[in-house]
Amino acid sequence: MDDLPFSRRELLGGVGAGLLLPQAALAAPAKPRVGGRIRVASLSSSTADTLDPAKGALSTDYIRHYMLYSGLTQLDRNLVPRPALAERMESKDQKNWHVRLRRGVTFHDGATLTARDVAWSLLRHKDPAVGSKMATIAEQFAEVKATGPHDLIIRLTGPNADLPTILAQSHFLILRAGQKDFGTANGTGPFRCVQFRPGVRTLVRRNPDYWKPGKPYLEEIELIGIPDEVSRVNALLSGDVHLVIAVNPRSAKRVKASRRHALMESKSGLYTNLIMQQGAMPTGNPHFVAAMKYLVDRPLIKRALYRDYATIANDHPIPPFHPYYRSDLPQTSLDLDKARWHLQRAGLSGVRLPVYASPAADGSVDMASIMQEYGSRVGLNLAVNRVPGDGYWSTHWMKHPLTFGNTNPRPTADLIFSLFYKSDADWNESGWKNPRFDRLLLEARGEADQARRKQLYGEMQGLVHDRCGVAIPVFISLVDGFDRRLKGLYPMSTGGLMGYQFAEHVWWEG
Amino acid sequence: MAGASSSSGVKAALSLIAKRFASSLLTLFLVSLVVFTIAQLLPGDAAQEALGQSATAEQVQALRHEMGLDRPAHERYASWLSGMVSGDPGQSLVANLPVSEVISSRLPNSLLLAALSALVAVPVALAIGIGSAMNRGGKLDRALNISTLSMVAVPEFLVATLAVLIFSVKLRWLPSIALVADDMSWGDYLRGAAMPILCLSIVVIAQMARMTRAAVIDQMDRPYVEMAVLKGVAPVRMVLRHIMPNAVAPIVNAMALSLSYLLGGAIIVETIFNYPGLASLMVNAVTSRDMPLLQACAMIFCAAYLILMLIADVTAILANPRLRAQ
Repeated sequence: MDDLPFSRRELLGGVGAGLLLPQAALAAPAKPRVGGRIRVASLSSSTADTLDPAKGALSTDYIRHYMLYSGLTQLDRNLVPRPALAERMESKDQKNWHVRLRRGVTFHDGATLTARDVAWSLLRHKDPAVGSKMATIAEQFAEVKATGPHDLIIRLTGPNADLPTILAQSHFLILRAGQKDFGTANGTGPFRCVQFRPGVRTLVRRNPDYWKPGKPYLEEIELIGIPDEVSRVNALLSGDVHLVIAVNPRSAKRVKASRRHALMESKSGLYTNLIMQQGAMPTGNPHFVAAMKYLVDRPLIKRALYRDYATIANDHPIPPFHPYYRSDLPQTSLDLDKARWHLQRAGLSGVRLPVYASPAADGSVDMASIMQEYGSRVGLNLAVNRVPGDGYWSTHWMKHPLTFGNTNPRPTADLIFSLFYKSDADWNESGWKNPRFDRLLLEARGEADQARRKQLYGEMQGLVHDRCGVAIPVFISLVDGFDRRLKGLYPMSTGGLMGYQFAEHVWWEG
Repeated sequence: MAGASSSSGVKAALSLIAKRFASSLLTLFLVSLVVFTIAQLLPGDAAQEALGQSATAEQVQALRHEMGLDRPAHERYASWLSGMVSGDPGQSLVANLPVSEVISSRLPNSLLLAALSALVAVPVALAIGIGSAMNRGGKLDRALNISTLSMVAVPEFLVATLAVLIFSVKLRWLPSIALVADDMSWGDYLRGAAMPILCLSIVVIAQMARMTRAAVIDQMDRPYVEMAVLKGVAPVRMVLRHIMPNAVAPIVNAMALSLSYLLGGAIIVETIFNYPGLASLMVNAVTSRDMPLLQACAMIFCAAYLILMLIADVTAILANPRLRAQ
């Protein structure tokens, strides 16, 4: 597939419906067949389960929403946004976007998709009563207006070349205008909702009128949540479910030992990071930050904690397989002499410091223990405070000088930088402030030229790597387990189970 | 039994039930107060938990207002209590549904699982307990003793995990997760619930069997039993006709305690088999800080416990002539 030789605008606008062909050809060396029922187990299921895409909070919600609804755009396996409900999406200045909708798309209740539905679906994120998870991102929609039955204008508050990617997220999936009751779903997605029981199960059936000809392949999918990892893997191995999300690397051996099952590793941008508050001492001391980064034994974390289902990171949030990854940055690695030197410069030899770790931030307790061990060799006494996962984000995260965070993969470099690294971001975890970084961020957001963008994001990675108060040891791979009779799966870095979108792509040969 | 004494027994039981009912209401009130207070001490509230890691201060504030969490705690408790008294347990903060609706979808599952487990556990426990008491000191007694002791000692998560590994993963006889659907036949339900019932029963059987054995042996040492033996009463008839009426009070007491465990203590089994019961709903309510739901679950568990205790006490009174005469 095209590796970004074109700008996004050309890709999206120019080719239209024909784009679906190469995608299908790549995904399917064998010919998919229609039919079959599968049961899928995701991570969690509770009374908070929802059919409202705006409220989606967990993998189970994203999977459910992608089964039932469609978005204006859809990411392909290289994270390039492709046309979905939008047939074209173009902009000259990255600020005023013109969207032309695909014709003849129908909702599950038979109504035809119009620009009014799209405008309503996008604008509702700005309504505080909706409680949208994307409220802050939707603030940049200055105006969304239908200009015809199949045309609309999206005017942003500032240029953003990533709009097509942002709109591919599950939260921005399209609803029928005016939908208030979410007891059942009325979308344009590949499956229709048969039964939705929060905390118990979601049952969906094939939508024969789906706008992608021939798709989806499966007749029925039952989605349940099994929070206990051992039970989830057991359910897969015993044949009760056919696809599970989030297999612990420690269980990988068990799944591999079965002839009927296999694992899919999705390299992702998910990371657990050590946060050093820049507003507090001694964590705000640049020498302290540098010393901590030299105390991280990345290969050990990768091997021991994640059984090699991880990618070594370099203290910035862009993983090596990302199109904007900067490869010429020197890799920080374990160096006790340098760490000792920096600690002495900071005047911190022999100091006792508490670090807060929790099961809520995956792997942080073990990471803290490893750093404690190396710290003791260079005269730094780290006291590991293990706190419960329950309530961690509201009571501990970012509230002490040394804590751990955990950040899910985001579809664009802009999102991850704006949410977690911009000086005035709510979750600027370490509280670092870098005016140059903020300027670059704004410039890159409005830049349509790919080469220039890559250069801008590269410089930002360097700034975070050198100056920011976070240490990112590894990017954690997402591991899914599946029954070998299930075909057509491929990894996506945006999330487990093909970026939560497996439903329309896979088929059953049983 | 003579007519006069049984009618006085019924009277005593009725007045006991009335008194117990009043004190149960008080207990429920105190429990709700304690649960509410403790839940207030947990870090974070429903709004923060719902919005998660990625919440901004304004979003949390807006949601808190919508959920009514910005009112002072005593005010929230008072409104919950007045709702409860009038029979309305309120609205679940997280599910946006009435609490009664959320619970009514889960309570039958829990009751069914508990009832089936009790149906399996009680006869088996009685048989084991009486059998080993009758063979006191014998080989059977020692074998049963060792097996019940080890059943008590092995935690149910281990039993459950081993059972899944053997019966689902290796042999593939039974499903590893207990799915409950509306359109399910009884056969399907029993197949799915077989292992949860097995795991719950094992723990309860062991406890009850040991208590039964102790109660029966306690009676066997009494002079009246010796007298009966000397008169030549057959062992089985002796246990059933002479010992059991006297041993029934402690046995029922032990069973009530064990059975109350079936309802609330099933959480581990519910987790491992993914069974949609009430205990996991309550854990959900705690982690999402859904106070109305948490309170309602606590009330149900507390009430079930009180009812079982009441049954045990009434049985004790009816079975014991001395208590009956009081």
